[in-house]
Amino acid sequence: MTARSLLVLGGKSDIGLATAHAFAAKGYAVRLAARDPAALDRAVADLATRHGVEATAHAFDALATEAMPGFVGGLPELPDVVVCAVGVLGEQASDENDPARIAAVLRANFEGPATILTLLAERMATRGSGTLVGISSVAGERGRASNYVYGSAKAGFTAFLSGLRNRLAGQGVHVVTVLPGFVATRMTEGMPLPKPLTAQPKEVGDAIWRAVEKRRDVVFVRPVWRQIMRAIRAIPEGRFKKMKI
Amino acid sequence: MKLSGWGRFPSVDCMVHAPRDEGDLVARVVAGEAIARGNGRAYGDSALSAANTVSMRHFDHMLGFDPASGQLVAEAGVLLADIIAAFLPRGWFPAVTPGTRFVTVGGIIAADVHGKNHHRDGSLADFIDWIDLLGADGTIRRCSRTEHADLFEWTIGGMGLTGIIMRAAMRLRPVETGWIRQTMIPAANLDAALAAFEAAEAATYSVAWVDCLASGSAVGRSLVMLGEHASVAELGPKEADDRFAMRAKSPKRMPIDAPAFMLNRLSVGAFNRLYHAKGKASRGASLVGWQPYFYPLDAILEWNRIYGKRGFMQFQTVLPPDRSRAGLAALLEATAKSGSGSFLAVLKRMGPGRGGISFPMDGHTLTLDFPVRPDTLALMERLDSIALDHGGRFYLAKDARMSAATLARSDPRMADFSVYRATGAPGRFGSAQSQRLDL
Repeated sequence: MTARSLLVLGGKSDIGLATAHAFAAKGYAVRLAARDPAALDRAVADLATRHGVEATAHAFDALATEAMPGFVGGLPELPDVVVCAVGVLGEQASDENDPARIAAVLRANFEGPATILTLLAERMATRGSGTLVGISSVAGERGRASNYVYGSAKAGFTAFLSGLRNRLAGQGVHVVTVLPGFVATRMTEGMPLPKPLTAQPKEVGDAIWRAVEKRRDVVFVRPVWRQIMRAIRAIPEGRFKKMKI
Repeated sequence: MKLSGWGRFPSVDCMVHAPRDEGDLVARVVAGEAIARGNGRAYGDSALSAANTVSMRHFDHMLGFDPASGQLVAEAGVLLADIIAAFLPRGWFPAVTPGTRFVTVGGIIAADVHGKNHHRDGSLADFIDWIDLLGADGTIRRCSRTEHADLFEWTIGGMGLTGIIMRAAMRLRPVETGWIRQTMIPAANLDAALAAFEAAEAATYSVAWVDCLASGSAVGRSLVMLGEHASVAELGPKEADDRFAMRAKSPKRMPIDAPAFMLNRLSVGAFNRLYHAKGKASRGASLVGWQPYFYPLDAILEWNRIYGKRGFMQFQTVLPPDRSRAGLAALLEATAKSGSGSFLAVLKRMGPGRGGISFPMDGHTLTLDFPVRPDTLALMERLDSIALDHGGRFYLAKDARMSAATLARSDPRMADFSVYRATGAPGRFGSAQSQRLDL
């Protein structure tokens, strides 16, 4: 029997790599996809050496939607599990009045991920099995002045994942939405994140493994985030618009 | 940021960078005299530099393994704990391991660590095939016994002062199981302990825990512990069910800084007596998992906090065999008399040493811990001079306070090392320790 396989889109990200290790530790072959596959050499060697599994790197650009069918066709196999860890945080202050930069953030966080997951979902539905994991964000739960460009793209992605899950529920394909909250990664390095709210990448990777195993629908990595977002959503808009959060 | 070694003394305000890739790392190193830092398990100031401490934590990839030779290629920041987690279930174990597994590949090469098998297998150096070393000129050189042999020789045990270890090839040893057949031999005094070591020359592992409050005719009262890797055939049904002894309780964390009174003479004495009684009860052979056997203190994360906020110091010397009997007795007497009893005293027979400035040499090594108190420095200086009088040398990975003069007197190789660093090595590296010791 050949090993089951995991595809990580955004394979250079700390969350993507931590997820790859969580699955490789369980014997999965791992395909890492990123813009520059040569930059994944060490990560691929590490996965193969540590876990004794097959690991490969593949070129993938979340903004190059036209190249995506070719990318999917070029994979060694249709994976059993796909984790989409693609995303850019952007810089709200400098992005908010710049249409080109807004478009880039929206495309990288929403259009690109939605396009590639659509292509993979179609093939998985035909096969009748598979799990798609989308890493979205609590920032998508309510738009805030400090990061609504990124947040609105993630809101779109969250809605997309929910709809996709709904559509594929009867076809053997499961969709998991992950809302990690703060994570100590390269993306957040140097930010003053509160420790109790901040997960390590390994926690996220392990949470994703469990979510896939248990076919969970929506996962907050640290449960406290579910309460926080419930509270934030409950604030009346009239009051919310005057708050600085 | 404030940084210290495992002993929590001294604490130095350090500029720390944690580069993510080779380009960033090279930029840090050419910027000025740097020192690499692994997991911070050297006890003193070996991996501290106020101006340029380079954390290797992002260089934590394993790059390849050859099951034919047992050779693992790993980046400097990989933890020994991760190597064990990945390879013990496949039948491989580190050929040499220090008393904690929370150390990095770069760190154990820089300190040329020894284990309980030093008398038989030598230090880690004997299992290193090559090292990729980054010089201050920004060039990475592959050093081995045949390429850049000088640099290879000085880098192993060189405390990070010849360059930054990027990655290395080290051989693991094949094991059938994760269990150790342990034999305990109570020794009533130092002579009995030394005799037990000589009688056990053929044992793979040997080490003794010493009750350092015993004095007079009982000085050196200890438990000598021998160990062999158990074969599958030697396991009982309980062990066979967990062949590689991977099912261990997860480690506990030392929750707070312990108050200093925990370490008064009484409590330390009680600890030692208990340990002694327990050993007597379970004398003879037993099967022990690799974790309690090699890493008893790793079961309590942050155990260094038991010594309180002011931290502790470790003293480790090795004395040549013809003078060790007298030297060890004098060191233990001085310790007992001081009343600042050692929580942990460890005695071990060492085999022949190697080159560079590696610590081990033929003889007996003694390790003592002391909480930092006003009189601790004076006591440690007394121990220094006893060791010097008996031909001893000192382990830099443990040192936090020795004087440059003491080090120079203890080991003529240090002067050669300084000359090599000034003339032969590609650029300058330095730590708070190398400055203090005038290396």
